[in-house]
Amino acid sequence: MTTVLEATDLGKSYRGRWALRDCSITIPAGHVVGIVGPNGAGKSTLLNMAAGLISPSAGTIEVLGATPGASPSQLDKVGFLAQENPVYPGLSIADHLSLGSHLNPSWDQEFAHDRIRALDLNQRQRAGKLSGGQRAQLGLTMALAKRPDLLLLDEPVASLDPLARREFLQQLMDTVAGRDVSVVLSSHLVSDVERVCDYLIVLASSKVQVAGDVDDLLAMHHRLIGPRRDTATALANQHVIEASHTDKQSTLIVRSDGPVTDPDSTIESISLEDLVLAYMTKAKAEIVGNQGSDS
Amino acid sequence: MTWLAWRQFRTQAIIALGVAAVLAVFVLFTGPHLHHLFETVVRHCAKHNDCNPVTSNFRRLGHWGNALSILVILVPALIGVFWGAPLIARELEGGTFRVAWTQSVTRMRWATTKLAVVGLASVVTAGLFSLLVTWWQSPYDSLSRSPYSTFDSRDVVPLAYAAFAFALGVALGCVIRRAVPAMASTLAVFIGVRIAVQQYLRPHFLSPIHIVTNFVAPGPSTGPVSDGSGNGWSISSVLKNAAGKVIGQNGGIGPNGNIDFRGLGNGVVKFVGVGTCPNKFPSELRSGGGKTAQGPPPGVQRAVEKCVDSFHLKNVLTYQPGSRYWTFQWIEFSLYLTLALALIGFSVWWIRKRIS
Repeated sequence: MTTVLEATDLGKSYRGRWALRDCSITIPAGHVVGIVGPNGAGKSTLLNMAAGLISPSAGTIEVLGATPGASPSQLDKVGFLAQENPVYPGLSIADHLSLGSHLNPSWDQEFAHDRIRALDLNQRQRAGKLSGGQRAQLGLTMALAKRPDLLLLDEPVASLDPLARREFLQQLMDTVAGRDVSVVLSSHLVSDVERVCDYLIVLASSKVQVAGDVDDLLAMHHRLIGPRRDTATALANQHVIEASHTDKQSTLIVRSDGPVTDPDSTIESISLEDLVLAYMTKAKAEIVGNQGSDS
Repeated sequence: MTWLAWRQFRTQAIIALGVAAVLAVFVLFTGPHLHHLFETVVRHCAKHNDCNPVTSNFRRLGHWGNALSILVILVPALIGVFWGAPLIARELEGGTFRVAWTQSVTRMRWATTKLAVVGLASVVTAGLFSLLVTWWQSPYDSLSRSPYSTFDSRDVVPLAYAAFAFALGVALGCVIRRAVPAMASTLAVFIGVRIAVQQYLRPHFLSPIHIVTNFVAPGPSTGPVSDGSGNGWSISSVLKNAAGKVIGQNGGIGPNGNIDFRGLGNGVVKFVGVGTCPNKFPSELRSGGGKTAQGPPPGVQRAVEKCVDSFHLKNVLTYQPGSRYWTFQWIEFSLYLTLALALIGFSVWWIRKRIS
């Protein structure tokens, strides 16, 4: 399996504050990858570095085997839709498509025109007058018309209303389906990711908490509900991700590499949302724990 | 990339072309008539100072001269504010740099193309305005005492001002990252630099020439005299006493700039701001005053002259001769062009290294 993105000990600091730190990540090709995590986890920083917009303060990142943004040919292979879906307010949709065709050797003008027509947008309209959803669609059209090998979408639906959100993701899936393109999108909402992604990366506290094929992850994680017990004495080949206790019973979310057998507990499968929340909670607890030991 | 740079600049370019076209129509419409009047009539009558009856047309047109000069001075500032400052700042502010930098051109090519297209347009625009106004104004300029009086709005310096203003706007836009604050600070810094250069640097581009003359008492018939700088740029004219101390400026003495004699009684007279006259004055000079301009009697006038001579006052005129005009134009041109190139270099470095 080839990788589209490989980061090693990647870090980015702004005026001494780390936006992303010690991030090591490998993203395989041929997936629709969702990066989820709380706001400020470093998702945007990671994607901007992958697009070559910002350079690392520490570590290395390679995208499609090269330094991001280093050369026109590397830029040509990566489509990027930035957060907030920026467009040139004074330029029309047609101008944006001309911009793309002038600046990208592999630009597919026919595809771009067709897609704008299918979206029922007027080419002469100024981009500044478009709604958030339309801006996102224009940005996606521009990113796709480059015929990229990798599509990076930074919170593409964050500014959209629920209906536009669903439409956007649906159309993204329809367009990407027949193509040989890897997609990496970030979101702070699991529901967005759940709808379209087959590969999940949970990024919290600027660290990769868990990464893997969505189906594999769901098969590996379980909720165990049983009599109250100490989480330190977890079962072999199981990692406790999150534990909550009442007087009588303990609820554990565990990752297990093999089949789970626990005669004392009820074993349930968990939703993707539960899984992500468990990892985020764990990351937060570790931060609090670290801060506690520091002081 | 040139397409995008031009597409983003198109509206501003059309506005500038519109203003330039209006100016060109005015200049080309009135200019030939003006030059004809000058060549056939004014050039000759100006020598004898009797142009009044024949040149009302010539003088009426001349009222436009100040407005045109101000226009040439304004154009570089407007270029810096409206073309330079928003060029990068607006992209950073609106996030559109993320669109531009993820197309298949490197950000260096993006930056250099934008800077080249708009920077070149800035210099060409300023050059066009300066050329039109310099030509139109040339009859009036040839009648004016010194070419330095219109130094900032003629010939080559406006081009360098425009290059500098543009580069300053770009650099401040890169650092400030927001268009409107960048525009405001561009205007402020540009005005500050222009004033500072004009006040403190330009007088010293080349060592000025000093002319030392003996100060003579102004007589009753003394009219306005030439200060000796000819068609040059008079930088200062100071009066020094025998010890070399500055006691007055521009032919006047003391803070009021008057030349004032005051009788202290018994024929003793004080030369205000200089000292007490060694010679006695006739009684006509009454206590309490007697300014030279009032036309004192001949006896008093002689006593005044004698007193003034006794102090050995020197008038020191400092000036740049008119023959250095073009040297000064090119020095100032080079100065601003160097600043502009340094700022462009800084901006490119900043875009490459710091915006990341």
